[in-house]
Amino acid sequence: MTAAEMIKRAFTREKLHQFVFGTREKQGVGKQIVIYGLLICIGFIYLYPMLYMLSTSFMNRDDLLDTSVKWLPSTLYLQNYVDAAKSMDFWMSLAKGILIAGLPTLCNLFICMVVGYGFARYDFKGKKIMMGILIFSYILPSQVTMIPTYVLYNKMGILGTIWTFVLPAILGNGLNAPIFILIFYQFFRQVPKVLMEAAAIDGAGHFKAFFRIAVPSAVPAIVTVVLFSFVWYWNESYLTELYVQGLASKSIWTNLVVQLKNFDSAFESKAVTGDMATSLNESVRMAATSLSILPLLLMYLVLQKQFVESIDRAGITGE
Amino acid sequence: MSKEKKQKKPKIKLGRLEKREARVGYLFVAPWIIGVLLFLLIPLGQSFYYMWFNIRITPLGTNFNYVGTQNFTQIWLENPEFPQQLVTYIWQTVVEVPIITVFALIIAMMLNSKIKAKGFFRLIFFLPVIIVSGPVMNMLVSQGASSIPALNTQSVIAALDTFLPYSVAESIGELFSNMIMILWYSGVQILIFLSALQKVDPALYEAAKIDGGSGWECFWKITLPTIKPMILLNAVYTVIFLSSNEQNELINMIVSAMFSGTKEKGYGYASAMAWMYSVVITLIVLLFFLLLGSKKDVYDRMVKKRIREQKKEARLVKRIERRGRRNVKKIERARKKRNYRTYDGSGDD
Repeated sequence: MTAAEMIKRAFTREKLHQFVFGTREKQGVGKQIVIYGLLICIGFIYLYPMLYMLSTSFMNRDDLLDTSVKWLPSTLYLQNYVDAAKSMDFWMSLAKGILIAGLPTLCNLFICMVVGYGFARYDFKGKKIMMGILIFSYILPSQVTMIPTYVLYNKMGILGTIWTFVLPAILGNGLNAPIFILIFYQFFRQVPKVLMEAAAIDGAGHFKAFFRIAVPSAVPAIVTVVLFSFVWYWNESYLTELYVQGLASKSIWTNLVVQLKNFDSAFESKAVTGDMATSLNESVRMAATSLSILPLLLMYLVLQKQFVESIDRAGITGE
Repeated sequence: MSKEKKQKKPKIKLGRLEKREARVGYLFVAPWIIGVLLFLLIPLGQSFYYMWFNIRITPLGTNFNYVGTQNFTQIWLENPEFPQQLVTYIWQTVVEVPIITVFALIIAMMLNSKIKAKGFFRLIFFLPVIIVSGPVMNMLVSQGASSIPALNTQSVIAALDTFLPYSVAESIGELFSNMIMILWYSGVQILIFLSALQKVDPALYEAAKIDGGSGWECFWKITLPTIKPMILLNAVYTVIFLSSNEQNELINMIVSAMFSGTKEKGYGYASAMAWMYSVVITLIVLLFFLLLGSKKDVYDRMVKKRIREQKKEARLVKRIERRGRRNVKKIERARKKRNYRTYDGSGDD
């Protein structure tokens, strides 16, 4: 047998086909290369704006104008960040932003848990209609109730305070509350009723059963709701500006995202007084953008596992 | 049969325990009921009321002027921007929602296959959920970070223009130029699909493989029907997300109309806009419900058919019994008259 024949036998057409496309049991190399290639390409597209933002934010004015500098800035120029932080009042906005997102999140969490438990555990008249309204309230865009709500807050005199976010959250109508109520509803329905009955026989009242049995068993759902509620409140620039800031520039409440929205005008007005070392350009804007997403990004990197597995654990997709 | 029917709907009065339980249930749900009244139903009614009025805010108070349908006629006839934006919005949503959903499904399928570094890829694909907020997106779009420079949009439009009307070609080109942003909106959807895919019973695939089903067939006959409810969920989520997103021009128009100082605009005008906008959104959601809503699956249908057949059989049996009884009576009567004969002679005395 010659060498050529051996090679021929080793690489028959079938084997090549198996090698590339795989068999029933094993994935082929060709298929894997395609999957990895696609994933890496799309992953790069996903990250592209972030990379662009980061690289631009470190450029000084000469780098911006120099066409030979495309991705790597010639020097690590940090003045953009210093100026952007100064213009956005970074630390104050950060603290207020955490408060604006954190307080309603806690209220949201507690009330959605209570309401979800009520829907899941008890039978009462009109429950189906209420669930219908719950879903309807998610589909209905907030713009249609926005104007009367604005008027209401104005009458109550809480416009331009954090109460405009906390109050609806206390009453179970915070941002995206229907989703959270449904998550808890789904979750508490899976708690076996026998467990509750056993608790009742042992002398636990309704509230004790809720706090001692239902709440500890719902930890995965709690994690999900806290993370999502925080992120959604944090990123809600539009309602924050309308209600919490009350569209008044004198209001003390603001967060990083709203600051970013009004970045240009704020920067200009500060530049007039001569505080800034740079002028308003792409790099400064990108530096401001990265500053405003930095806190959540850090949070994401620390809690990545919780974030990524959150939807899995919340049981939205059923068991 | 009649007994079974009665068992289905017991008309028993609620006992004391049940009543107490129901009361506690109301207690648990009470905050939400108040909230819905205060922040949903009453404002909904109010804005419905507002839209027939021209509302001016003066230092002395708010003036309500009944104007009938004038707000609507003004929006449609005198302000060309709103209808135009509305049409653009509908077109965009109807095109983008399927793209986002299908894209999310493809990514989820790829992540669900046996690959290494699954966690790392999930990390990347979920990242946009954390950072998409109106101003950040606006900043990135305005700096041109949202389009891939290698993808020349103009050439795409020019190529499509040869066989499509210009407006269609242009909107497709626009789609390409904002590709990254569209992809960025699919973070949550990917995770929902992924977790649904992981819950499909592996035994189903094994059985299909033994029966000689290919991967392609498995996808259409097992994967897709199993995750169909999730497709609907994702489509609805995407519609809501796109419509309450700050990138949406319509929302900004409503707010600017709300605080505009001109004579004809104001709260009433903005309310009319908001109502039309939400009707459109509801219609789009309904459209997706109709397209993707689950028809009763095969098993359910078969069960129903079986029940129907059983009922039919029961009726038949009853009829035969009745007829049998009648015949027995007939025979009895005939026997009494003594003119009844059978061949085996049992009728003879």
